[in-house]
This record gives sequence, structure tokens and C-alpha cells, in this order.
Amino acid sequence: MSPSSSTSRAIVRFANLTLGYNRHPAVHHLHGEIAAGSLLAIVGPNGAGKSTLLKGISGELRPLQGSLELLGVQRRQIAYLTQQLTLDSSFPMVVHDFVAMGLWHEIGAFGSVHRALRRRIDAAIDLVGLHGLESRPIGALSGGQLQRAHFARVVLQDAPLVLLDEPYGAIDAASVRDLAALVRHWHDEGRTVIAVLHDLEHVRQEYPETLLLAREIIARGDSASVLSDENLLRARQIAEGGGDEAHAAICHANQESG
Amino acid sequence: MSELLANVPLLSPFVEFGFMRRALAGCLALSLGATPVGVFLMLRRMSLAGDAMSHAILPGAAVGYLIAGLSLPAMTIGGLVAGLSVAVLSGGVARNSVIKEDASLATFYLISLSAGVLIISLRGSSVDLLHVLFGSVLALDDATLLLLAAFTSLSVVALALGLRLFVLEGCDPAFLARVSRLGPLAHYGFMVLLVLNLVAGFHALGTLMAVGIMILPAAAARLWVCNIGPLLLIAVLIAIAGSFVGLLLSYYMNLPAGPAIVLTLGGLYALSLALGTLGPLASRWRSGWHFER
Repeated sequence: MSPSSSTSRAIVRFANLTLGYNRHPAVHHLHGEIAAGSLLAIVGPNGAGKSTLLKGISGELRPLQGSLELLGVQRRQIAYLTQQLTLDSSFPMVVHDFVAMGLWHEIGAFGSVHRALRRRIDAAIDLVGLHGLESRPIGALSGGQLQRAHFARVVLQDAPLVLLDEPYGAIDAASVRDLAALVRHWHDEGRTVIAVLHDLEHVRQEYPETLLLAREIIARGDSASVLSDENLLRARQIAEGGGDEAHAAICHANQESG
Repeated sequence: MSELLANVPLLSPFVEFGFMRRALAGCLALSLGATPVGVFLMLRRMSLAGDAMSHAILPGAAVGYLIAGLSLPAMTIGGLVAGLSVAVLSGGVARNSVIKEDASLATFYLISLSAGVLIISLRGSSVDLLHVLFGSVLALDDATLLLLAAFTSLSVVALALGLRLFVLEGCDPAFLARVSRLGPLAHYGFMVLLVLNLVAGFHALGTLMAVGIMILPAAAARLWVCNIGPLLLIAVLIAIAGSFVGLLLSYYMNLPAGPAIVLTLGGLYALSLALGTLGPLASRWRSGWHFER
């Protein structure tokens, strides 16, 4: 992956973008673009549509309306760490093999894992602080270790665009510190990182740019000014105000499908 | 040489009798082909789906039987068609309606099973029904043995080629869907392998017993290892051991061979539960030590 030094080139562009489920919008009428190489936090109350937006960018969710374009990056080049881990951790597999999955784009179903690739797998495992646990079953890892393993897999995916959905949900402070350093490292390499986060203090410290979302864009720009009390209050009001409407829409959808 | 082997009590039945050698060869083929598929069935939490699929084969085999009698090609083709249809139809219903996957599979296999029993009883005798339900591992002829070997060889090769795909589809299908377009191929390819092995297995062990040589060795092996490579190997070894011992028990104690093999595998599973390093007893002992220290 050749990192781009230009920060003006857009990597994601959306116009009048509305995303949702069962024809009911979760976020609506978004305009804007995300510059290649940015380190962007997406913040907002529950139900604001943060994860939905990531799903839209990853291509898992098609726009109900408007458009979302990826520029200079293929959908399969995106590394996407979802909030609910999709891994079946009871599957009999060791850390080394799990992390090696990140090499799929290079080796596919049939390519061999030669010595150079093995070294990269080991390096990725070292980088996330799991050295010595290579042959431990994934089912025997703690929550923090499992998340570190997921980050190591992302390292091997070598993706120009990295999407992280609440990556620090249930892990200890030391793991958060180490993984945040890794995210900074990705940023320094010129990768674009978009992360959904809840810890505003963490966002202020680590993320130069923030998008505040409450089913629509409340504010966008440098983190300190976006995360003002006034903006946060407005986001909460909009999210809560929309709550009843959203609930009614869901009941309606259930009646339709039932 | 064979005279020497004939004096070894555990080998003499296989040396003396052709039908015992054929039975052993058929079981070895199934151990190599069907058992690894069983390992993936178990890991995908589809053990009971395997059972349901084995019943779904019945009406196809029965229609083949209705048309051509106890004919190998007719019953095989019928079984393949019925099995693959149920796999595709039940998957389609589950994805496009409020009926969930397990219920969808259950409905199709119940209809299939009853249709199969009905068709056989229209034309055949209860002996024929028993043949289809419980197989006839001690009466494998050349053609059946060749068919069994061909299907299971195909399965071994396909599984070896697609191993990485099947592993990824089993442990993190969402990740596979993001990095590759091969997810559906892995899913349907696996169902094809399942049906192939069930059809191969039903000639030897019958539709009801064929799943036994898939799931029991897989579950037993899982109690010893927690890495997929060794798991596949140990499951196959357990299947081979169970087949060998089961056939001997059937010979010396005059038991029906299919159930004897599956019950032996059941015994090996029970043994693994008791002694396996990942079994419930072992983990209890381990935690006991932990507290003592």
C-alpha cells in the first residue's frame, strides 16, 4: 500500500446520502467528503446512525437515497472492524492462523504462506503485544487480547481505508493505550482511519477531526470545536426527539413484515 | 504372508472373508471422506442439519428404487437430486421468509422422509426399507465400493483444495464476505460435499447411520484438540479405529454391522468425554488443581 501524502484528495464522498433498514432511514441527507489520510472520529448518541454510516461506507448497506462513492479504493480493500465481533471464538483455531486471515487479499484461497509472509504475521502479532501467544487457541484469549488479535489482522490487511466501530468497547486501559498508538501509527502511514467512538476525552486527545452525528450531521470539523457542550446538547435533543418517531416506524415495519 | 496374518485374531476375519475386506475398505473411504465433512458440520453448528439432510436423501433413493429396483446408479442419482434440492430449497425459504433456517430444514426433511417411506412401502418389502435405512456394509459389491471410493475421493480433494475457504466460512463468514466473493461458493460447495458423502454413506451404513461416522468422530476429536488441522486428522483416525473395531464386534458377536460401527464410535466419544483433555472431567480436575495451588 502506498500511502498518499495529499490530504486534499477525497477517499469517500457522499451526496444527499440516506441509509437505513427496511426502508426506514437511520441517517439521512448527508453531504460531504472524507479526505484521504484523515483520522476521523464519528461521535453521537445511541441510535444516531454511526454504525449505519460505517456499514454504508463498507458497502454492506446500500443507500436508500443519494450516493456514496469510494474514490481510489476498492470495497474489498477496506478493513472493517465491526462492533459485534463476527468471529466464532469457539472455532478451533490458534492466534497465528486467525491473524493470518488478514493476508487473504494477497494469498486468496490457494496461495502459500511462504517465509516472508510468516515474518509479517509474526511482526503483526508482536506489534499488538501478543508475542508468545501465537499458538494459543482464540477461545482462550481475554477480551482485550482478542481485540488485539483483530487489530493484528487489520495490520496484515494493509488497507488504505480502515473502519473501526467502537473498537475499545469492553477492554482495559492498557489495551486501549496500545491500540490507540497503533491507530496513530496507521495515520502516520497515510491510511485513512474512520472510528466510531464514545469516549469524548479520548477523541479530543487522539482525533484531529470529528463528525458529530444524530441521524443527520450536527457538526463537522476539528474535534475541540465540534465537541462543544452546545453541539452535544443539540445532538442529544435531536436523537431523543426522533426516538418516538423511530419507535413508531419500527412497529410499523414489524406489522408490515408480520 | 496372508497365512501369517490369518493367525492374528484381530485380522483373521479380514484375511479370510472378502465381504469383511470390502466392508473395511468402504468404511475407510467413508472415514477419509465423510468424517472431515462431519468436522466442519459440527464446527458450523450444523450437526443436526446433517441428520436432517440424510433423511432428505431418502425419497430420491426411493424413487430410483421404484423405477429401477435395487439399482446402484438409479438410487444414487435419486439421492443426489433429492439431497441437493432440499439443501437449496430449505436455504431459499429460510432467506426469503419468516421461517428460520432450522425450521425450514426440518419441514423439508420431514416431508422427504415420509414421502420416501411411503414410496418404498408402495413397492418394496420391509427388507428393502431396512436396506435403505440401515445400509448393508457387509454386502458391498464392486460397483458400490467403487462408487463409494469415487465420491469420497472427490470429497477429500475438494476439501483439501478449499480448506482455507471452508475454515474461514466456518469461523468468520462476515469477514469472508468482506474480503472475497467466494462465500456463497463455500456454502453451497460444502452442501454438495455433504450430500455426496451422505449418498456414499447411505449405501454402506444407510441413511439413518451415515451421519454417525460424520459427527461422532468429530465430536470425540474436539475433546482432545483445539486446532483445526490436528482436529481433522484425529477425527479421521477415530473414525478408522471405530470402523475396524465395530466390524470385528459385528463379526465375533454376530451383530448388525452398521449399528455396531456407529455404537463403537459412540463408545469412543464417551471415552473422550471421560478422558479428553478438553472434556468436562478434565476441566474439572484442572480447576481443582488451580484452587489447590
